[in-house]
Amino acid sequence: MPGGVMLPEFYNQLGAMHGTIMVFLGVVPLAVGAFGNYIVPLQIGAPDMAFPKLNMASYWAYFLGGVTMLVSFFAPGGAANSGWTSYPPLSNIATMGQTMWLFGMVLLITSSLLGAVNFIVTIIQLRTKGMTFMRMPFFVWAQLVTAFILLLAFPPLEAAGVLQLMDRLAGTSFFMPSGLVISGQPLTISGGGSPLLWQHLFWFLAHPEVYVLILPAMGIVAEVIANNTRKPLWGLRMMIASILILGFLSFIVWAHHMYLTGMGTVISAFFQTTTMMISIPSVIILSSLFITLWGGSIRFNAPMLFALAFLPMFGIGGLTGLPLGLAIADIHLHDTYYVIGHFHYVVAPGTIFALFAGVYYWFPKVTGRKLNEALGRLHFWPSLIAMNFIFMPMMIQGLAGVSRRLYDGGASYAHAQGVLHLNVVMSVAAWALAIAQIPFIINLFWSIKSGERVKSDNPWEATTLEWSTPTPPPHGNFSTPVEVYRGPYEYSVPGAQKDFTPQDQPKV
Amino acid sequence: MPDTIPYTTHERPDTGLYNAKIGIWLFLASEVMLFGALFSSYVLLRVGSTNWPLGHTILNVPIATFNTMVLISSSVTMVMAWASLKLNNFKKYRLYLGLTVLCGLIFLVVKGFEYNAKFEHHLFPSTSTFMAVYFTLTGLHGLHVIGGIIVNAYFLGPGSKMWFKEPERLTNRIEVSGLYWHFVDLVWIFLFPVLYLL
Repeated sequence: MPGGVMLPEFYNQLGAMHGTIMVFLGVVPLAVGAFGNYIVPLQIGAPDMAFPKLNMASYWAYFLGGVTMLVSFFAPGGAANSGWTSYPPLSNIATMGQTMWLFGMVLLITSSLLGAVNFIVTIIQLRTKGMTFMRMPFFVWAQLVTAFILLLAFPPLEAAGVLQLMDRLAGTSFFMPSGLVISGQPLTISGGGSPLLWQHLFWFLAHPEVYVLILPAMGIVAEVIANNTRKPLWGLRMMIASILILGFLSFIVWAHHMYLTGMGTVISAFFQTTTMMISIPSVIILSSLFITLWGGSIRFNAPMLFALAFLPMFGIGGLTGLPLGLAIADIHLHDTYYVIGHFHYVVAPGTIFALFAGVYYWFPKVTGRKLNEALGRLHFWPSLIAMNFIFMPMMIQGLAGVSRRLYDGGASYAHAQGVLHLNVVMSVAAWALAIAQIPFIINLFWSIKSGERVKSDNPWEATTLEWSTPTPPPHGNFSTPVEVYRGPYEYSVPGAQKDFTPQDQPKV
Repeated sequence: MPDTIPYTTHERPDTGLYNAKIGIWLFLASEVMLFGALFSSYVLLRVGSTNWPLGHTILNVPIATFNTMVLISSSVTMVMAWASLKLNNFKKYRLYLGLTVLCGLIFLVVKGFEYNAKFEHHLFPSTSTFMAVYFTLTGLHGLHVIGGIIVNAYFLGPGSKMWFKEPERLTNRIEVSGLYWHFVDLVWIFLFPVLYLL
C-alpha cells in the first residue's frame, strides 16, 4: 500500500471477498445455521435436530470452508479478485486465490447441503404430537422453504465449481472459448468452451440464494410482529402459500441477471415474465405483515423496532428491483451502483435488521436475561439513519450511470463527476454505521452477565413452543412431553383469560 | 421427556418413513441436481461445438459394456444383502455385501486401466472438450463409487456388529446405503450411452 492508498488489485480482492464472506460466511450461517438450528426444533417441539452428527459434519465443513477463504488472502497474488460472481474467462486466468475460493466454495456448499437435509427431515419427522403443518409458526415454514432452496439450488454451483477447478488445474476449456489472447500471447488451450455456461450455472444458484437470505428474515420478522402487536398474523394461510410459491418461482428467474449477455429477446421475455410474477408473493407477505399492524396495541421494544424498520426497508429493496427485472430498463441500470443499492437494501437494512430483531427477541431464551433496552435504541436509530445514507446515494449514482467495481470510485469518468461527492457521504455514513454497532456489542456481552433477569420462561408473553421450555433449554429441549392443541398465533382471543394462549395449552 | 431422537429406526405413523430414509432421498435429490447440471453443461457444450467426436471412435465400448454389467450386478447383490437381513440370514448378508464391494472394486480397476490407456495415447482432459467432459463426469462418478465402497466396507466390517444389538437399525442402514448405491449405478447407466455411444 504505497502512501496509505490501496492498490487496485487489493481493492478487487476486497470486493470479491466482501460478497463471498457476507453471503456464504455471514448471513446464511447466521440466519439458517444459527437461528434455524436453535429455534426450529424448539418451535416444533422436537428434542433435537434429526441428525446430530450430520449437523456437526455440516459445521466443520463450514469451518474449513471459512478458514480456506480467509487464508486465501495470504496466497501468492492475494485472495480471489474476480468478484463474488467469478465470471470466466477472467476468473480462469486469475491468481491462485481463485483456486482457493473454489475449494472454499465446495466446502461451504457441502455444509449447506448437509444442513438442508437435516432441516427438512427435522421439520417433517420430529413435529411433536398435535403439531400439524398448518399449526407450524411462519418461521418454521420459512426455514423449510429455505432448506429446499439450499438443497436443490446449490448442487449446480458445485458442478460449476468443479468445472472451473478443472479449467484451472487440469487445463480443460469448459468456460474458455477458442482464440483467447492474453497480453499479446495466444492461449494454448483446446478452446470451444462457453463463458455463458458459467453464468447460467452460477445464477441458477445465486438467484435462489437471494431468497435463502431473505426468507428466514421474513420468518423472524413475522414472529416478532405477531408477538408485539398482540394479534394473529393477518392472512397466515396466504402467507404460507406465498412463501411456497416464492420458493418454487425462485428457480425460474435466474437469467434476469444476464439480459446483457445477448441471450436473445425470447428468453429475456420469459425471464422478465417470471421475474414480475415472483414479486407478487413477496408483496403478499409484506402486505400481510403491514396489515397485521393495523389496530394492534403495538409494544415498541428493541426487537419490534428492528422488525418494523425491516418492512419499509425491504419494501424499498424489493420495489427498486422491478426496473432491474425489466430488460429494457436493465440496459441502463445493469452493473451500476443502482444494482448495489437495490441488493443492499434487501440484505442490509432488510435481512440484517431482521437478524438483529431475532437476537433481541430470543436472547432471553438463550441466556435467561434481556438485552438492555436503552442501548438497543442507541443501536437501532443511528443504524437505521446510517444505512439509508449509505445505500440511497448508491441509487442516485447508479441512475447517473456510475459503474460498480471501479477502483477510483468513478473519478476518471466524465458522467460520474456530478455525483462524485456522494462517495464522501457514503464513506462517512459507513463509518457511522460501524460506530453504531458498538452499543450492540457492549450490550451483548454486558447483558450475558448483568442483564435484567427474566421472571418467567415466557418473558414476551408469546404463544409459540420455544417459550414453553425451561430457560435456557436443557439437553432434549423439553422437560415434559409437549403436545400442541392450537394454531401458532392465538393472541387477544375474545373471551380468553389473557391476551395470549400458548400452543400447548389444552382446549377446555 | 426422553432425550433420544424419535423415528431413527421405526416409521413415524403419519409419514410412514424413518428419518434416514427421507434424508437419503433428499440427498439423492440434490445429487440429481448436481449431475443434472453436469449433463446440461454437456448438452450446451456439444450443441455449441463445431466438431464433436462420436464417443465410440475414441472410447472403448466393450470394456465399458463389461463395466456396466459389473455395476448392474452389484446393484442386484446390494438388494440381496438387504433382503438377507430381512430374512434374518446374517451369513448371506455378509456374502452379498462382500460381492457388492468386490464389484465396486472391479469397476474401479477396469476404469483405471481405461484411464491409463487414454493417457498412453496422449489423451488428457486438456486435449479437447470431449475428453474434458469424459474425464470430469466419469471422475466425479468414480468418486461416488469410492464413497459407496467405503460405506459398504464399513457395514461389512466394524459396522456389522450392530446386527447383534439393533438388527432392525442395521437393516435400515443397508436399505439407505443401497438406495445410494443404486443411484450411483443409475448415473453410470446415463453416462455410458451419453459418452460412449452417442
